[in-house]
Amino acid sequence: MAVTASPRPAPGKQRPKRESMADWRWGDRIAYVLCWGAGLALCAIAALIMGYMAVRGLQYLKPSLLWSHPSGEVDQSDSGGFLDPIIGTILLTIIGIAIATPIAVAAAIWVVEYGRPSGLARMVESGIEVVAGTPDIVLAIFGLALFQHGLLGWMSFTAEGGAVFGRSFLTAGAMMSLIALPMVFGATREGLQSIPAHVREASYGLGKTKIATIRRVLLPAVRPNVSTGAALGMGRIAGDTAIVVILLGATLRLEKEGGVPGLDVLKGTGSTLTSYVYNNSPAGEGNAPEKAYAAAFVLLLLVVALNFTVDLIARRGAKTGLEGTRLGAGR
Amino acid sequence: MLHRLRQPWSDRRAELTLGALACAVLLVIVLMVVFVANEAWPTFQHNGLRWLFPGGNVDTQINTMVNAGAKPPAADYHLRAWPLVWGTILTTGLAVVFGLIFALLASIFIVEFAPDRLRAIIVPVVRLLAAVPSVIYGLLGILVLVPFVGNHIISAHDKKSVEFIVQLSGASLLVAVVILTVMIVPIMIAICVDALYAVPRGWKEGAVALGVNRWRAMWTVSIRAARPAIIAAAVLACARALGEAIMLSMVSGSVGFAPNPFDGPRLFLLEPLRPLASTIVEDSESLQAPAVRSTVYAFALLLLFSSLLLSLAGYLAKQPMKKYGVRS
Amino acid sequence: MITEQPPPIRKILVDAPPTVAPGIAPPAGGHAATSGAAHHRRGEAGPERMTLQGLSVFYGENEAVKQVSLSIRLGEVLALIGPSGCGKTTLLRTLNRLTELTAGAQRGGTILLDGTDVDALEVTALRRRVAMVFQQPNPFPMSIFDNVAYALREQSRKRPGRSVLAPLVEDALRRAGLWDEVKDKLDAPALRLSGGQQQRLCIARAIATRPEVLLMDEPCSALDPRSTAVIEQLIGELRSDLAIVIVTHNMQQARRVGDKVAFMYLGDLVEYGPAEQIFDAPQAQRTRDYVRGVFG
Ligand SMILES: Nc1ncnc2c1ncn2[C@@H]1O[C@H](COP(=O)(O)OP(=O)(O)O)[C@@H](O)[C@H]1O
Ligand SMILES: [Mg+2]
Repeated sequence: MAVTASPRPAPGKQRPKRESMADWRWGDRIAYVLCWGAGLALCAIAALIMGYMAVRGLQYLKPSLLWSHPSGEVDQSDSGGFLDPIIGTILLTIIGIAIATPIAVAAAIWVVEYGRPSGLARMVESGIEVVAGTPDIVLAIFGLALFQHGLLGWMSFTAEGGAVFGRSFLTAGAMMSLIALPMVFGATREGLQSIPAHVREASYGLGKTKIATIRRVLLPAVRPNVSTGAALGMGRIAGDTAIVVILLGATLRLEKEGGVPGLDVLKGTGSTLTSYVYNNSPAGEGNAPEKAYAAAFVLLLLVVALNFTVDLIARRGAKTGLEGTRLGAGR
Repeated sequence: MLHRLRQPWSDRRAELTLGALACAVLLVIVLMVVFVANEAWPTFQHNGLRWLFPGGNVDTQINTMVNAGAKPPAADYHLRAWPLVWGTILTTGLAVVFGLIFALLASIFIVEFAPDRLRAIIVPVVRLLAAVPSVIYGLLGILVLVPFVGNHIISAHDKKSVEFIVQLSGASLLVAVVILTVMIVPIMIAICVDALYAVPRGWKEGAVALGVNRWRAMWTVSIRAARPAIIAAAVLACARALGEAIMLSMVSGSVGFAPNPFDGPRLFLLEPLRPLASTIVEDSESLQAPAVRSTVYAFALLLLFSSLLLSLAGYLAKQPMKKYGVRS
Repeated sequence: MITEQPPPIRKILVDAPPTVAPGIAPPAGGHAATSGAAHHRRGEAGPERMTLQGLSVFYGENEAVKQVSLSIRLGEVLALIGPSGCGKTTLLRTLNRLTELTAGAQRGGTILLDGTDVDALEVTALRRRVAMVFQQPNPFPMSIFDNVAYALREQSRKRPGRSVLAPLVEDALRRAGLWDEVKDKLDAPALRLSGGQQQRLCIARAIATRPEVLLMDEPCSALDPRSTAVIEQLIGELRSDLAIVIVTHNMQQARRVGDKVAFMYLGDLVEYGPAEQIFDAPQAQRTRDYVRGVFG
């Protein structure tokens, strides 16, 4: 075959005439302009929010705030920093995701790989959607009722009379896990569903059992999906306020409970960056806007970082170029 | 013990274990309804369905409960929660309506009209806006928007005209709806954009090949085909707006007042309110008082049922579209 | 099957731009004479509607269509044949500038429609004159009526009412040979129709606005033999007032419906001529091999 390349489109040639709006209806032209308006407004809003938070945050954030404990002084120069809330945020996020991930992954595996009886599997899926749609404030108040029940009293502070307080890192973390669970579940399910059937069949063909296939073939394959879901879930936990205010007590400092080291912190109360911001805003008791801005800035950085690590995970997952082609998981 | 764990699991056992964990989610939902309904029961016992009606000052009624102590007389359970319900309906409804319009336009822009470079910016922007915690939106609202509205939009005349009914400070329906809209728009955009990209190429090309311009092709075919996802987006956003407690308690003025549309659109938008979810947060300090506790759980029950109903409504709304073979 | 048809109405009922080039009268007789088996061939072709001069299309570095020159005439069916991947679809999509929707596709050469460079035409105006039927039937997720009325509605500035549209829709469905099957369920979802019916609906949708050129990309490849026969007959009937380009890799079909046949191979136009010549006396060795089924 002759390998004579045809001339490329001559560079001097006029570009083909594009769509012209000359005969658009007026309504369509307005809608078109509104589309541009919406897109640009979105960018403007984000720029304003980030810009304003950066200016205020950098203006009020001093390194000492990050290292000092808060205290209840009225004089703002004495009321300390937000070390405890930072620790609280990290602790609560870890507890929440540590509870959510195994359950969510197990549920996703069961729904996709077993899924029998199918009615029950569909109920589980709808159930998780319901949980995802339940307001965090309802989860919080439900958690309070649940954990004040005597049976679950070991998870939080118990007063002399046997009254259960219901507020602790453990109880707040348990409810936080319900916020993260739908995200991990969704990401895992999507990953599992995108693995083509022949991968499983090949594994069965080698004489592996179903559970061995899941552990050796499927779980490694969906690890990037699980991580993506977990990172997003952690972002949601770190950004949630209602559960902290109601279930963690939102005490200024970490208050330990009981004598067992380690468990005492988990059974105790504390605060997070979100509740710190809330309490230091004019709506809360502290009313120290400068501290609120500084803490909010740190919180914003943390949450944005969690949300954008997802890109790194996804890129790393696709980097070998194998997952995408071998498992057909390319997205 | 450890030894047994290391042994390969039998398939049957694995299936049961995984299934049990999955069904734990259903158990949680059942427990949630049971616990919340159980706690809420006394207030419905005393008020019946008139609980939802207007009547008296809801803040005064709750204060009476707080002061009633551990053994409140039956009269102290008296509550007419309409202003809070109305506040929830207003904030949610307005934010979802405006948000849906905005999100649709922005999604069409992203999918169809945005130049590649702008699209590369705008997609992370949407993710960023979705990631910002509600308390930060609340902080910006209470420290920036509320003072702005209070100083520059509300005039002395406005304040005077409703002086004996409610104080106008700037914390208002307007600020609440504006911020709530910004908060729910990113989720809606994310869902709509994905759905629009998933519209089969044949439909769009089919429309374009008939000499229909890009906007009309989008509007008449792609949007139509993506309707189930758009409904899902609206439902999800509705649930988010309904349950938003912290931000709204910061910017809504936190007054048990029902903004009155008959005050004229301007005053109506400038009047304060407090939705159910915010009331739960704010009264969570007084839960030792049984009457308050029961009332607060009743609010939670109402929210819980609303979000359950929303899921159901979203599901039902998708059904008639199945006959056109529209993917859901 | 569809013998008692009204003669084609050339009145423009919707306020779309007039589609008949001046001086071209619709050839008489095309319709009525096609009731027979599959096909009738007219001796001389009408005037030239589209001209391709040195047309090439690149996908990145890959040249999918190489320097093709062809002409498409009114009242004539041009069948494009060739093994798959040889650039037939690409060539077809270039004719109404659908390739511009593909990122990375570039075009060289000139395409003339009635002597005007298509690049100089507003792109939606071009696509209204050069309609396309796709390989996969793609009726919109709407009722049958709305599908056929779609372009009529969209192409007029004011939305015509149903009473204005109904006769036009009926006419288009009749010409597509679908009227008798769907006249009682015009409001049923189009996606409930069978594959063959869906494809005919897409043809009805495309011809409802009376385009000048109809491009068909393997319209029968997803269909059963009976639907294929119906559509082939339909092409025979439509040719009188349209220029038709049909892509097919079914040689028998090309022979049955094509007046002219163009054989493409790896992006090159190998041979172009009257159907009889291509099938009975091909000039090039490749064409000979291909039409004899040596490869494909
Ligand atoms: N969207 C596209 N992007 C890149 N290459 C394409 C695209 N579409 C088609 N091609 C390439 O162009 C060549 C011709 O394809 P096509 O026109 O679809 O052939 P045919 O319709 O004859 O089977 C093929 O080599 C194909 O790989
Ligand atoms: Mg093809």
